[in-house]
Amino acid sequence: MKTMPKLAVWKFTSCDGCQLSLLDCEDELLLLAGQIDIAYFMEASSRQVDGPYDLSIVEGSITTADEAERIQKIRQQSHTLITIGACASSGGIQALRNFADVTEFTSLVYAHPEYIATLKTSSAISDHIRVDFVLQGCPINKAQLLEVISAYLNQRKPQIPAHSVCMECKLKGNICVMVAHGTPCMGPVTHAGCGAICPSYNRGCYGCYGPKENPNTASLSHWWQTELGSDNATLLENFRNMNAAAPAFATQSLTFIEKNHEEK
Amino acid sequence: MKKSKVIKVDYLARVEGEGALYIRYDEAGVDDVQLKIFEPPRFFEAFLRGRDYLEAPDITARICGICPVAYQMSAVHAMENALDITPANEIRELRRLLYCGEWIESHVLHIYMLHAPDFLGYESAVAMAKDYPQIVQRGLHIKKIGNAIVNLIGGREIHPINVRVGGFYRMPTVSELQPLREELLKGRDMAIESARWVASLPFPEFKRDAPFAYEFVALSHPDEYPMNEGRIISSTGLDINAQQYEEYFAEEHVKHSNALHSVIKGREKGKDAYLVGPMARYNLNYDRLSPLTKSIAKEIGFPPFCDNPFQSIIVRSLEVLYAFDEALRIIDSYQRPHTPYIKTQAKAATGYAVTEAPRGLLYHHYSIDAQGKITEAKIVAPTSQNQKTIENDLRYLVPHYMHLEEEKLRALCEQAIRNYDPCISCATHFLKIHREKNE
Repeated sequence: MKTMPKLAVWKFTSCDGCQLSLLDCEDELLLLAGQIDIAYFMEASSRQVDGPYDLSIVEGSITTADEAERIQKIRQQSHTLITIGACASSGGIQALRNFADVTEFTSLVYAHPEYIATLKTSSAISDHIRVDFVLQGCPINKAQLLEVISAYLNQRKPQIPAHSVCMECKLKGNICVMVAHGTPCMGPVTHAGCGAICPSYNRGCYGCYGPKENPNTASLSHWWQTELGSDNATLLENFRNMNAAAPAFATQSLTFIEKNHEEK
Repeated sequence: MKKSKVIKVDYLARVEGEGALYIRYDEAGVDDVQLKIFEPPRFFEAFLRGRDYLEAPDITARICGICPVAYQMSAVHAMENALDITPANEIRELRRLLYCGEWIESHVLHIYMLHAPDFLGYESAVAMAKDYPQIVQRGLHIKKIGNAIVNLIGGREIHPINVRVGGFYRMPTVSELQPLREELLKGRDMAIESARWVASLPFPEFKRDAPFAYEFVALSHPDEYPMNEGRIISSTGLDINAQQYEEYFAEEHVKHSNALHSVIKGREKGKDAYLVGPMARYNLNYDRLSPLTKSIAKEIGFPPFCDNPFQSIIVRSLEVLYAFDEALRIIDSYQRPHTPYIKTQAKAATGYAVTEAPRGLLYHHYSIDAQGKITEAKIVAPTSQNQKTIENDLRYLVPHYMHLEEEKLRALCEQAIRNYDPCISCATHFLKIHREKNE
């Protein structure tokens, strides 16, 4: 009998939502468990099989020295390693600390800051190790997760489009909320994958899937300001949320801080 | 000389987030219990400052992937409290429907995938499925229907996008709810089967008598089983509103945990712990469950009061049944309002809210300035509130089961922790925003 490939699911600093997506695959979970040996998945099982692993799925960002060390060991034990979610791909919402003074954060929130061990930044997994595939989204789309897992099981490339949310929105037949309603929307610069849900529910995209490939963030920002009357604060809030430290969004967000200083 | 023994679990499985357990005991009793939370902090309350009040539901949802709706509910209610607005009844009802969906998916995840394996001696639900395929499949099916509610009303299961201060971005049409209604009818039947099955599990005996009896704390509403509204009451007579929460409850920062421990103020040390969650809700609000839920409780021989936390899994299964019943009631009386939300105008104000997350009380408190930017945020999650009670349970449990071999005793201790469905990712993210006096 052929042995099943070994899967490991690892958690770093995160909300657990992306690994939960795997348990949310109610129709596919038992089927998947018949194709792959779930060797390490602490949220779902107390069974802990030692590495090496054929496929490691990593959720969360690196925020402690301990985590920075642990991810190296996981890479060494993993044939293929994919990251899931905004935390793992760009540092997540907790990367807002990267733009502030973390010592101040700690003392503002804890009575005894000396008990807390934390790094100054929250960083993406790919800042620390080689990553074979990055699945973006806050949270990820579970159908895309299954696609990535089955692609690696079958040694083919995952079919995950890198275009913008606008493409999905048009395919869905939505009316453009920005053009028709004047609602600020991050869709043009945001990675597809969610199925354009926000515009489908009459609201603008807020960029939770992070930047698409080569986004024109400056042009979108100009449009928001000149056509929709958005202020610097609104733009800053939209570029600095779940993917604040993703390079394309981080760079663009700095321009609003500079503009704010100039205006003052 | 007495020889002391240690129970140690370096990384607890089948809980949400990263925690460890350390118990030191000898024949005379338990010396030390530490539920250690090593999940790194994420500083939500710090970076909420300066953010727009309209962002609060989207940002705080990211605290927890298992119960994002709870965060969205507490956030919008706190903001609406600050702005003195009360959304229309249709919005109130739809929020309740959304919460029903989250209670179902979160409870069923815990019942079938995290907790049941303890009772039957499996390492996971996947392993359990080899011997009990139909049972595990039923659990997955019920969970899927809960998720379908959140998906339709919220836009997606995890971190829904449709909740906003003042209401929703888009209200569903009556016809969109009909296919969901069909699913809910099936789900309700499965939830009845589920409650019967859960009641048949073997339960360890455990009782905390006076003076160590539990203090149960939950919301209570005169007309309904509590979700989004009501007063905070307790089994010893506390009766306050959300705004008074911080007058009566405090958080302590202990060395072994990245999560703060909550206590009731003004109590004797060692007697200041309390219990939130399904058991507290059930004990304090039993008479407001639906007739069907009460009749099934009766049929399975489960009383209106439960103080054995190992049986909290039964309470969860009854709350799942209630949530189906309630979801159907809401859908059957649903009328789509003309406007999906009340337009809000920012002003300098402070607001408070408590709602019932699947795991218990979830407190939010915000201050905002005239431009609507958040100047202060405080959030207290259910798991922080239960942490002390979990440690106390272990302190009382171990002496009664010391005759067990070590492996079994350790497993029982882990099961006792899972009685509370602890969400460690939640608990670490709630930290005070004010500088403390001891600086």
